[in-house]
Amino acid sequence: MKKLQTLGDSLRRQGITRRGFLKFCTATASMMALPPSMVPAIAAALEKARRPSVIWLSFQECTGCTESLTRSHAPTVESLIFDFISLDYHHTLQAASGAAAEAAREAAMHDNQGSYLLVVDGSIPLGNPGYSTIAGISNLEMLKETAAGAAAVIAVGTCAAFGGLPHAAPNPTGAVSVSDIITDKPIINVSGCPPVPVVISGVLAHFLTFGSIPELDAHNRPKVFFGTSIHDRCYRRPFYDKGLFANSFDDEGAKQGWCLYRLGCKGPMTYNACATTKWNQGTSWPVQAGHGCLGCSEPNFWDVGGFYKSLSVPTGEVARNAAYAVAAGVALGAAAGALNRSRRQAAKAKHEPLSVDDLE
Amino acid sequence: MMVLDRWIAINAMTVLSDIPIHESPGPASTGNVLPILAQIRYALEKLVSAGESTLIDLRALPFGPGDEAELFGRLGRGEVSAELQALGISRIWETEFPGVWVVDHANPEGERLALHIEIAEFPALLRSQPEDMREALERLDGHLKSLGKDEE
Repeated sequence: MKKLQTLGDSLRRQGITRRGFLKFCTATASMMALPPSMVPAIAAALEKARRPSVIWLSFQECTGCTESLTRSHAPTVESLIFDFISLDYHHTLQAASGAAAEAAREAAMHDNQGSYLLVVDGSIPLGNPGYSTIAGISNLEMLKETAAGAAAVIAVGTCAAFGGLPHAAPNPTGAVSVSDIITDKPIINVSGCPPVPVVISGVLAHFLTFGSIPELDAHNRPKVFFGTSIHDRCYRRPFYDKGLFANSFDDEGAKQGWCLYRLGCKGPMTYNACATTKWNQGTSWPVQAGHGCLGCSEPNFWDVGGFYKSLSVPTGEVARNAAYAVAAGVALGAAAGALNRSRRQAAKAKHEPLSVDDLE
Repeated sequence: MMVLDRWIAINAMTVLSDIPIHESPGPASTGNVLPILAQIRYALEKLVSAGESTLIDLRALPFGPGDEAELFGRLGRGEVSAELQALGISRIWETEFPGVWVVDHANPEGERLALHIEIAEFPALLRSQPEDMREALERLDGHLKSLGKDEE
């Protein structure tokens, strides 16, 4: 590991001109969702940035988060960032396994005590430790041991950030998030199932550039990427404002590209960068493909109700229940209102988002 | 007889327009281009009145299908275009509105890295950089030295 080499040295050695370096900084600013006016400051900081050691641990996960990053065709900026960090341990990607791989992790921890970055994907089972082990070490033990000497922890993906799918009811493995276990280190949650690749590399670039963690929201997610809702940044938002909705996936509204709110889009309750960064090198994203947002970057997204149920109505068959109320001689409006209120109260108690009003 | 009638009916349908397929007019315009044009107009006014340049990162704005093409269609192409070869190709052109430039950065694989509207006299990246000019001076000195040796 070339510890004393700066990023500026590394780029110059690769024959990259100052103009090329400024283009790199411009693209990095865009990747970090920072205003272009920050480019000179980014250039000055990156010029002096030093190569950090990164240890990547994968626990109860599907490898989708690593796939998201490594299958992103490695655009220049991300590949340069990844050339520059020292990825000292990633048991899915590295050739070594078992004792040899663990020796690499221990050496990285020892050599970079207090300064390495720990990246975690996957949730941690608190039930039987045998649910998920690496080289015979339980996930819980490995996380505690590796986090102890880290400068900061990046929880990549909804599983590491909030427990994710393994945490979904009835949570058979007792899955929890990184922040449920590690409480004495700065934790950056980069949620998403999987997270947007440019968001993962943007957070790494921020640490590399400024040597600090970005400003975080209430769920410890970087505000630059998770500061606004999908709904607020959606290109279909003008149709919502005009009251133009698709009511089925093949009606005239769907063909016209109108708002998918009534088809269960969770954009209003979801905070992520998909609407602007998009996927597959900025080609498209779920809403552009005609499907509502699933809310995958939010805690407990798997358990908050049906993916195709509109946020504006309570989860449950309101129409049928209202009809029963009429049959019983109760005024329809009052009954439905009372039923909805009671559902909302019950849902609030269970932290289930039901309507935009409830969420705002 | 009925089969024969159907066969005749199918074969009589020889014109393409007889096939009952209706072309869709495509998705409606989102209206996202109007606020960006207004932002560009505001930035251009700042450039004209105070000489202050602006860079708008289009990747940070919500664009739907057709929005980018509509924006570029409305901005048009002006007199100047340039190509920068550094870490992949960057295509730069002035729009029909002098002072409003499009800067489209790609990586060596041709994938887009960033897309900016720069409102300036000319894009900052086109300017030769002091570090590169100093290095150019050294290289020119080297050339001159080796030419001098050849003549000796």
